[in-house]
Amino acid sequence: MLDFPRWRVWMLNTLIIFGVLFAIPSLLPAPMRAQLAQFVPTPSINLGLDLAGGSHILLEADTSQLAETRLEALEDGVRTAMRRAEPQISISDVSRTDGQLSFTVSDVSKVDAAREALTPLTNNTVGSSDWNIAVSDGNRVILTPAGAGNEAALDQAMDTAKDVIDRRINALGTLEPTIIRQGDNRIVVQVPGLDDPAALKALIGKTAKLEFKLVDEMADPDQTAKGKARVGSQVLPYPNNPSGLPNIAVRRLGGISGDKLVKADPTFDPQTNEPAVTIQFDSEGGQRFARMTQQNVNKLFAIILDGQVISAPQIREPIFGGVSQISGSFTTESANALSISLRSGALPVDLKIVEERSVGPDLGADSIRRGVLAAVIGTTAILVLMFLVYGRFGMYANFALVINIAMILGVMALVNATLTLPGIAGFVLTIGAAVDANVLINERIREELKRGRRIVQAIEVGYKEASRAIFDANSTNVIAAVLLFIFGSGPIRGFAVVLMIGIVTSVFTAVTMTRMWVSRWVKRTRPTELTI
Amino acid sequence: MKLLKVVPDDTNIDFLKWRNWAFGVSLLLMIASVGLVATKGLNFGVDFIGGQMIRATFTQTASAPVSELRETVAGLGYGDPTIQRFGAENQVSIRMKLPDGADKNPEIANAMAEKITSKLKADHPDVRIDGVDSVSGKVSQELFSKGILALLAAMAGVSIYIWFRFEWQFGVGAIWSLLHDVTLTFGLFSLTGWEFDLNIIAALLTIIGYSLNDTVVVYDRIRENLMKFRKMEMASLLNLSVNETLSRTVMTSVSISLPLIILVLFGPDVIFGFSAAMAFGIVVGTYSSIYQAAPILIWLKVGSHSFVPTEEVSAGSKVERIDENFGAQP
Repeated sequence: MLDFPRWRVWMLNTLIIFGVLFAIPSLLPAPMRAQLAQFVPTPSINLGLDLAGGSHILLEADTSQLAETRLEALEDGVRTAMRRAEPQISISDVSRTDGQLSFTVSDVSKVDAAREALTPLTNNTVGSSDWNIAVSDGNRVILTPAGAGNEAALDQAMDTAKDVIDRRINALGTLEPTIIRQGDNRIVVQVPGLDDPAALKALIGKTAKLEFKLVDEMADPDQTAKGKARVGSQVLPYPNNPSGLPNIAVRRLGGISGDKLVKADPTFDPQTNEPAVTIQFDSEGGQRFARMTQQNVNKLFAIILDGQVISAPQIREPIFGGVSQISGSFTTESANALSISLRSGALPVDLKIVEERSVGPDLGADSIRRGVLAAVIGTTAILVLMFLVYGRFGMYANFALVINIAMILGVMALVNATLTLPGIAGFVLTIGAAVDANVLINERIREELKRGRRIVQAIEVGYKEASRAIFDANSTNVIAAVLLFIFGSGPIRGFAVVLMIGIVTSVFTAVTMTRMWVSRWVKRTRPTELTI
Repeated sequence: MKLLKVVPDDTNIDFLKWRNWAFGVSLLLMIASVGLVATKGLNFGVDFIGGQMIRATFTQTASAPVSELRETVAGLGYGDPTIQRFGAENQVSIRMKLPDGADKNPEIANAMAEKITSKLKADHPDVRIDGVDSVSGKVSQELFSKGILALLAAMAGVSIYIWFRFEWQFGVGAIWSLLHDVTLTFGLFSLTGWEFDLNIIAALLTIIGYSLNDTVVVYDRIRENLMKFRKMEMASLLNLSVNETLSRTVMTSVSISLPLIILVLFGPDVIFGFSAAMAFGIVVGTYSSIYQAAPILIWLKVGSHSFVPTEEVSAGSKVERIDENFGAQP
């Protein structure tokens, strides 16, 4: 039991040295660490947002809206496919209800041709069908989403959304965001060191779906005010409507979407000198824009952002070249945010902020200072107590504790763990709990001595008998810590990580290391009396 | 060198004599805690009921003008805020319910935070906004059910572990004493009105892990003694086990609670509740492993018949015989 082969001593000492080495970078002030990093790799502990300051934002996708968008796209596709079919297939009564699209083929004999024309639309890239096609009453075609269709679409949309958010935040500058998907329809955005999260939220919460549609100039203003539109038109909110109405009617069809942009920049309207955004379409979008403006000179067209009209200017002349300007009560900031959003593409799905946590850097710094203070006082108190109660064996426990602290830091740095505010508390708790193993061992040795065992035997039995309780006690702690990690979120997980690492390293240092030191001492001095 | 003795040698305190009293008092306290939570309720943070919390520090003012703040914020038309000092006198947290429709349109929640913070900054130029937490109703419900689930899973998990390592009666004892510790902690939070948030769930889970530390050590000794002294009466055997492990129990409780108490006193204000819950739970947990977890074994009729002696223990016969003599004395 007390025999320690030389190779084991070497192995343990190497472990200690590595643990301590990895801990060093985390303890250095940042500038020194940066200097050191030029020569050797310096793994160090990340500070959580609650310590470094920053924002944590949880976004959730509106899945019903995604289904609606898919349906809209399908309707567009169906209309185009029927128009382009040779010979043309005329359809009527197109309706989107309950997540399905249905339409009537006017000529019953053309139903099969219509089905044929739909096939490229309903099949996805992997060959299976995204939409089920059914025909009722002889000529009514009904398209319903196939089982996996919406899920696959959501999955794809979330991936795209993640990339879009990434591009948008990167456009803000030197932030180092962490963007991860969570569950089916959520995205977590964490941005450390951000003073004012308002700009960030404005940027990532916006879908930035830009559309251009013709204003329904035949609409009855009374009906529009009530939110009712003619067939083929829709009523959209228009907060800056010069007519004073809160909304405006636009034609459903014949518009173009603004997703084919190559550029979007904040600028100033040359006439009014108000902030505005210039956009430039790609060649395809530019041609469509030119066609639309050409066909509708002197008419009003609405510029729609995320379902809300921002302005409705008159088309004075056809616009070639694909450059256009959007204006309408922007501030410099909002014009800038909009151009970033447009540049990085529209979100494929609406995202809502369902949880937000922001911590100012001052509070974080204060937490670190006081957390470290508590940890230092706590450690000192434990060191003094252990020495007073167990003497030499207490000092072994103390060495083990100090190494344990270094090793926790080292392991955290190595696995790139994040230290959070509850994590600091976990650290303080671990300091107290780590010596528990030594208390168990030392008390047991004391007991065995009292029962009349010889010193070496007492130490051996002490370590052996105490190990069982140490193992059981730490197992229950691990169970609790694992559950904490599984169910916990953000900072709590940081706490669980510290606990788990601390439990493993503390058993190692408090049991294995002290046994090595004790055995060396016993072998070297052959003590005849033991004060413990 | 003369060493410090936390507990004198060879104590022979009749802990179990008071077991009925202790059990009665504990039961009363548990009922009182449940009653408090049922009637007075818990001061849930935004984590669990949703809403918005703004933390602010008045850097140039000694004491935050709480009542004035309450009026100004209420005057903004978003309803009455809950305003509390946390930590220092000049730090406050302002909690608001999310306005109607905020679940549909997050802009509304944003606008509210914006309005409150800009009003604060306008009225008090020295104010520093330390953080904004905004949790929607849906997410808060998820966090709540996840937290409760974690607590139940942890209690069940460690009890099952104890059951496997010992006997089923020990598992029951463990889960009972955990229930005791957790219930009393809930009671403490209801009584004091301290904010109950996600951190407190984490503290409770930690308590579940660490209050069991003592229980495990006492149980381990009880098992050992049950196999050693096969004829000893159960109450005396429990007393012997508790006494034998007493100095370790006290020492460990001191070594774990000492840093936690320091954390409560000097640690970051933001996690005051968290530290306080852990410190309280550890202290209560020490008591419960002696007065709840141990006596329950008598009521559950644990005896030497519960264990078959193994080779491991009957080794070292000479010393064992000394123990036998010692144990035979009442």
